[in-house]
Amino acid sequence: MAATLQPEGVSRTTNGGDDGESPARWKYLNTLLGRAGAYSDPTEFIPGDAPIMNIKNARILVIGAGGLGCEILKNLALSGFRNLDVIDMDTIDVSNLNRQFLFREKDVGQPKASVAAEFVMKRCPGCKVTPYVGKIQDKDEDYYMQFNIVICGLDSIEARRWINATLVGMVDEENPESLKPLIDGGTEGFKGQSRVVLPTLTSCLECQLDMHAPRAAVPLCTLATIPRQPQHCIEWAHILKWEEERKDDVLDTDDPEHITWLYQKALSRAREFNIPGVTYSLTQGVVKNIIPAIASTNAIVAASCCNEAFKIATSSAPYLGYPGTNNYMLYTGDSGIYTYTFEHQKKSDCPVCGNRPKAITLDPESTLGEFVESLAERPESQLKKPNLRTAGKSLYYSTPASLEESTRPNLKRKLEDLLEDGEVIAISDPAFQIDFQYIAHFS
Amino acid sequence: MAVTDADVPPPLLDIPKAKEKKYDRQLRLWGIGGQMALEETHVLLINSGSGVTGVEMLKNLVLPGVGQFTILDSAVVSEADLGVNFFLEDASLGKFRAAETVRLLMELNPGVQGHAITEPLETFITKDDGLTPFNLVVAAAPIDATVLERVQTHSQTLHVPAFYFHSVGYLSSLSLLLPPAFPIVDTHPDSTATTDLRLLRPWPALSRFAVEKTAGLEDGTMSAPDRAHIPWACLLLHYLEQWKRQHDGKVPNTYKEKCEFRNLVRAGDPNEENFEEAYAAVLKTLNPPTAPSALDAASPAFWVIANAIAQFYAKHEQLPLPGAVPDMKAQSADYIALQNIYKSKARDDCAEVVASVRELEKQTGRSTKQPVDEKEIENFCKGAAHIHLVHGRPFQIARAGQMIAFGDRAKAMAMELTMPESLIGLHIAFLAWDEYVATHSTPASQSGGVGLKILGSGADDFAIDTQRVTGTAHKIVDSLIKEAGTFVEDPDYSEVKDRVGKFCMEIVRAGGGELHNIASLTGGLLAQEVIKVITRQYIPVDNTCLFDGVASRTQVLRL
Repeated sequence: MAATLQPEGVSRTTNGGDDGESPARWKYLNTLLGRAGAYSDPTEFIPGDAPIMNIKNARILVIGAGGLGCEILKNLALSGFRNLDVIDMDTIDVSNLNRQFLFREKDVGQPKASVAAEFVMKRCPGCKVTPYVGKIQDKDEDYYMQFNIVICGLDSIEARRWINATLVGMVDEENPESLKPLIDGGTEGFKGQSRVVLPTLTSCLECQLDMHAPRAAVPLCTLATIPRQPQHCIEWAHILKWEEERKDDVLDTDDPEHITWLYQKALSRAREFNIPGVTYSLTQGVVKNIIPAIASTNAIVAASCCNEAFKIATSSAPYLGYPGTNNYMLYTGDSGIYTYTFEHQKKSDCPVCGNRPKAITLDPESTLGEFVESLAERPESQLKKPNLRTAGKSLYYSTPASLEESTRPNLKRKLEDLLEDGEVIAISDPAFQIDFQYIAHFS
Repeated sequence: MAVTDADVPPPLLDIPKAKEKKYDRQLRLWGIGGQMALEETHVLLINSGSGVTGVEMLKNLVLPGVGQFTILDSAVVSEADLGVNFFLEDASLGKFRAAETVRLLMELNPGVQGHAITEPLETFITKDDGLTPFNLVVAAAPIDATVLERVQTHSQTLHVPAFYFHSVGYLSSLSLLLPPAFPIVDTHPDSTATTDLRLLRPWPALSRFAVEKTAGLEDGTMSAPDRAHIPWACLLLHYLEQWKRQHDGKVPNTYKEKCEFRNLVRAGDPNEENFEEAYAAVLKTLNPPTAPSALDAASPAFWVIANAIAQFYAKHEQLPLPGAVPDMKAQSADYIALQNIYKSKARDDCAEVVASVRELEKQTGRSTKQPVDEKEIENFCKGAAHIHLVHGRPFQIARAGQMIAFGDRAKAMAMELTMPESLIGLHIAFLAWDEYVATHSTPASQSGGVGLKILGSGADDFAIDTQRVTGTAHKIVDSLIKEAGTFVEDPDYSEVKDRVGKFCMEIVRAGGGELHNIASLTGGLLAQEVIKVITRQYIPVDNTCLFDGVASRTQVLRL
C-alpha cells in the first residue's frame, strides 16, 4: 500500500552532492532514515537512500498560507522536502501577525502565498516554493495530478469540501498515481484536529462532515421582534438594519466605519431592550464570524499534519490513514492536554465517496421549499445552492436563473404532489462539486 | 426607552488600538488580564542537544507578546542545525546558537526583548542569583542531573514554575513542576458546564416569576403567543411544582424519574419550540448543586475567599449562584426580567461572601490596608464550581548509578505499566536515556571531559546502544514493580518489556537528533502550557505529557 503512495523519483541520486548541498545539513534526518524503526514495516521501509530520495523528489501542495499554512511550509522545508506549492487568495492583515510568523508589519496588504513562499526560500535555500495567489477552484485536475500529497490548512469548510470531492473524483483505479493522500488540519482556540484521507479507500472529509455541524442560526423573528442576547442585536443590525438603511453600500467587514455603524445600531437596540454586553469587539466577532486563533495550537496541528506527510513519504513509521487503522486525531488543550486518535469509518452512503443513496424520512404534507431549506441545515448535507431532480423531472434548480424561474413554483407545492413514496431524489451543488441521492420515505 | 444621540458614542472612538488589533485573536481567549500577565513574564530556556523544540516554543511565546526571553546555550551553530532549526540562516554557521536564534526570534515581534547567555551552563548555574530574574524556567534534555536539580530547588524555593522536556526522533515528553498548591479561578469551563439555574431549589423571587409567567397555562386562558414564549426555566419550575404535588413533595431524582418528568413537560405542548427546549434541558439542569472537593493551602487571598465560600456552602448547602442564564425563547422583557432575578440573587450571594471575607480578614488580623479585592471575590463566586487546584510535584531525575525512587506514585505507575495503550513505557525509556547521559557524561571543562554523551550518536552505535538503554529501562521496570510491592506475570511482563524496548529503540534510532515536526509540535505544547501557567487561566497539565509521533497520540500521567 504505502509503496504505491511514494513518489517514484525519475532520477535516483544520492543525498547531497548533486545539488552542491552538504549532507551534514541533513545529519539528524539521515540518521533516523538510515536506521530501521521499532514500528516500521521491513517490507515497506528500506533504511538509507530510498526514503531520503522520496522526500527529496516529492511535490507537495499546501492549501492555505495562514496560521496553519505558515507552519506547514516551514515544517515541510525542514523535513527535507524540496518542491512545495502553496495556494492562498488572501492578503495579510495586521490581526494575522500574532501567529503567522512568516509575515511582518511591512507585509500587511501583500498576498499571503507569495510573501510566505519567498520567506521560506530565503531561510531554507534548498527548498523551492511556488506560490499561487487565487482560488483552488481556478485549478483543474491536471494541476492537482502533479502532486504526491495535498495538505490543507483552511478555515473554510466549503473549500475543504471542494478539494476533497475533487481528489476523490480524480481517483482512477488503473493508475495508482491518481490517488493523492489528503491531509487536513483545523484549529479553534485551544482545540483542533488533524486527519488523513486516502481518497476512495478511507473515510473522506464529506463522510466526516457531521463532525463539524453548523452553528444553529438565530431565527429571523427573534432578531426582528424578541432579541435577548447582545448577539441578537448585532445580527439585527448586520442582517436587517444595513439592508434597510445602507442597501447601496457593500458591507465591508474590514472597514472600521462599517463596523462602527453596526456597533452603534446594535448598541442602541440593546439599550431599547435593556440587553447588556454589546461591545465593538463582540460586534466584530459576530459580523466577521471570528474564530480565536493562537500560535501554539497552530504549531501543534500543523506539525501533526506534516508528521503524517513525512511518514507517508518515507514509510519510516506507520501513518494515520492507512486503511483499517486510525485516521483522525482530535486535540484539546484547554484543560490539560488531551488527544483522541481514532478511525473514522467510511460511509457507504457518503455523497462524495459512497455509492448508496441515503434514506430520508419526509412529511408528505410539507413543501418542497421547506425541504430545500432543510438541506442547508442538515449536518450531513449543509448545501447552499442545491439542484434537485428525480429520474423523471426537475424539482428545483438554484442556478441558472432561467431554470430557477421555471422550477420556482414547485417550492410551494407539497412533496406528495411531486414525489412517490420511495422515489430517489438526486441532489447536486456545484459550489462543492457534490452529487448525491436520497431515497424519500413518507412519514 | 428613548435613545438620544448623546447615548451613542462618537464615531470611531471605540475602535481598538493597534496592539488590540494585532492581538485580537488571542485576547478573545485570555483577555486583557491574561495578556498583561504574559507581557510581565521573563522566560528562561536552558537549551541543549539539537535544540529545536525550545526555540519553537519561544516562537509561540514571542508571537503573542511574552515580555522577555533568555536563551542559555553555549553551542556554536553547526551545519546540522541549519537543516532542522528555522531560526538560523546560512550566515549563522560558526556563531553562537543562542545569539543567532534570539536575533531571528526577535524579528517576529518588535515588542519583545530577547537575550542570549553563551557562557557554559555548568559555570552559569553555580552563580547564586543566576536564576532570579526569571518567572519561569524551561530546561531541555539532555542536561546534567546536578543542573536539573539546581533548577528544581530554585523552582521549589521561590515557587517559580519550571518545565523539563525531551524531544528525540518521533518521541517527546514534557513535565511541569508547579508550586505545592497552584489554584486557578478562571478555568474557562464549557458554557454548558457552567449553567446552574437552581431549579430544584428556587428562591422566592424566582418562584414568583415562574408562577406569574405560567398563569393560565393549565386552564387554557393563556394566549397562544404567550404560551409559545414562556422561558423554559419557568416551564420546568411550573411542572416541577406539579410533579411535587403528585409525588409527596419530592423532585424527580433518578434517571427514570427524570425521563418520566421530561415526558410530562413534552406532553404540555408537543409542538412549541420553548417546550422542546424545556424537554431537552431536563437531564442537564435538574441536578442538585455540588461543591468542589480540593481546597487546602497557599495563595493568601485565594484561600481567604475559599474559606468564605466554604462557610457559605455550610450554611446554604449550595455554592454562590453564578448568575448567568442561557438563551431561551421568550419575549425580550421576560427574558431580561428573568436574567435580572438571577443577577440580583448572584449579587446577594456574592455580598454575603464579601461580608465573610471581611470578617475573616479581621479574625486573622490581615492588614486592613490591602483588603481582598472585591472583583476577585466576584470572579471566585462566579467560577466557584470550577475552581481548580494543582498540587505541583517534583521531576523524576535520573542520577548516575542510582535507582530512581518512585515513592507515592509507584503503585499507580506499576498499574499503568500493564495497560497496553499506556505511554508510560516512553517515560521509562526517557528515564533510561537520562541515566545513560548521567553515567557516561563528564563536564567538558574537566580535563578529558567529553560533555554530554548521547545514545546512538555514532555511526555504529545503533544496535549496541539500543541494547544498553533497553537493559537499563528493563531494570527500571523491575525496580518500579518491586517498589510498588506487586508482581507482574507473563505474558504481561514480557509485553511490558517489549513495549518499553520499542520506545528505547526509537529513541536510539534518532541518535539524539530531533525531527522538526515533533520539535515543532512539542514546542507548541510547551508554549501552550507556559501560557496557561502564566495567565493562570485554563488548566495546565498535571504533571507529565508524553507524545508518541508514531501513533499520533498523547497521554498525561501524574508522576
